[in-house]
Amino acid sequence: MRLFINKVVLILSTLAAILGLVFLFWILITFTIKGLSSINLYIFTHDLVDNGLRNLLIGQFVLAFIAVLIGVPIGMIAGIYLQEYSFGSKYADIIRNLSDVMMSAPSIVIGTFVYAIIVNPIGHMSGWAGAIALGIMMIPIVVRTTDDMLGLVPKELREAGVAIGAPKYKVIFDIILKAAKVGIMTGLLLAFARIVGETAPLLFTSGNSEFFTLDLNKEFPSLTVAIYNLATMPDKHLVDIAWAGAFILTFFVLIINLLGRYIVKEKK
Amino acid sequence: MSDKVMDVKNFYFTYAGASKPSLKNINLPIYENKVTALIGPSGCGKSTLLRSLNRIHDLYPGNKYEGEILLKDLQTGKMENILEYKKENELINLRQRVGMIFQKPTPFPMSIYDNIAYGLRLQGKKSKAELDRKVEEALRGAALWNEVKDRLKDDARGLSGGQQQRLCIARAIAVEPEVLLMDEPTSALDPISTIAIEELVTKLKDKVTIVIVTHNMQQASRVSDYTAYMYLGELIEFGETEQIFLNPKKKHTADYIAGKFG
Repeated sequence: MRLFINKVVLILSTLAAILGLVFLFWILITFTIKGLSSINLYIFTHDLVDNGLRNLLIGQFVLAFIAVLIGVPIGMIAGIYLQEYSFGSKYADIIRNLSDVMMSAPSIVIGTFVYAIIVNPIGHMSGWAGAIALGIMMIPIVVRTTDDMLGLVPKELREAGVAIGAPKYKVIFDIILKAAKVGIMTGLLLAFARIVGETAPLLFTSGNSEFFTLDLNKEFPSLTVAIYNLATMPDKHLVDIAWAGAFILTFFVLIINLLGRYIVKEKK
Repeated sequence: MSDKVMDVKNFYFTYAGASKPSLKNINLPIYENKVTALIGPSGCGKSTLLRSLNRIHDLYPGNKYEGEILLKDLQTGKMENILEYKKENELINLRQRVGMIFQKPTPFPMSIYDNIAYGLRLQGKKSKAELDRKVEEALRGAALWNEVKDRLKDDARGLSGGQQQRLCIARAIAVEPEVLLMDEPTSALDPISTIAIEELVTKLKDKVTIVIVTHNMQQASRVSDYTAYMYLGELIEFGETEQIFLNPKKKHTADYIAGKFG
């Protein structure tokens, strides 16, 4: 009987795993078939107004890059505080929990929040608002990663740093962060992969633009929002462009994820 | 008897949140250029005492020191109470004068060279020639130079455990401390590395006073000049190592050394 249950569990869990993989490959294959046929040099050299993706790709990167500039420093400093400076403080656990809650907050909620505090007072959507929304999404992930990775550094290493006569901030920056470097870098990469494909926080913060622009004070082009818009168009050609965009985005995110995992494996 | 370089007087130590002190009324002289071993069963407070000597306990808030721990000022020869230090500068200075080696080797995540140069740079030494000279001197002092001289730029974490521990010793002696604290420095090492460290301890005592915590009584008898036997947070007996091992005055010490408990 026990052997029978064993077999049933084995079969069920294998089936569940296969089912998950089936969907993953289904998605990848669909995107490849539908996207690949629409990918050509033209879409990389022309903007949306001319049925290309150039401004969207660059726009998405600019937004994500600025989000990194906002999210990484704030998140890392907060993570350092939690792990290195907060002991004995009851606020640390509150901050930790709040940050975790924020991590699972629906991204549309963050988009709405930024709409309320930035877009609405200013009166129009802008690249800045989009980048800030993405940055806010990134903060809790970075906080968690930094906090966890610093927590893995043995406390003897901190003591050794102090014992050689280094001030605390130097121990953290010269020794502890270096020791946790691989883990933190991987975490940052995964956090980047997480936000680079976000639509909801951008939907009513950065809006969209058909033209090439680097002016963050205006509505700003982004691939994800454009996919959302294009996919609902009646024109088959525009829908095909959306497929191409989805394909590019999916594989880009996939590559970042694989890269992150590869770094971890290499270092171990 | 030589001069005292440190002197622990009526010392009590209480961990944060504990109701009773972990160390009670400790009186222990540390003689210059000698090796003092702290022995006793687990939980007797020997590591706690060692870690008070450079106030590494201060990393964690809420711990309480009472009494006096005196450290000789090299220039004036006067004894200063290190428990009165309050500013971070004073503590940094204390830790450069009283170095520490841990149970697990703690190489910093940088090159072998930079590991040694780190403490020197903290002292404000910047000239390449001086750093090169001091790094070599320290590595030679720790009997590691011949093994690493061709790969000073390699990551220190690639060394073997025994080499890492000697690297940590080199790093500690590079800043020329007066006292070197060793917290079970060989308990994570293989027998051959252990012998290397023990020989190093004997060699180093011309330059630096050593206080070593050890679980291994043979080690204490091999390397130390003085031995302090501790039990349940109290110092039971202190004396020359030979006397403690061959002719202990207290029955408790004799029982421990004979292996009747512990």
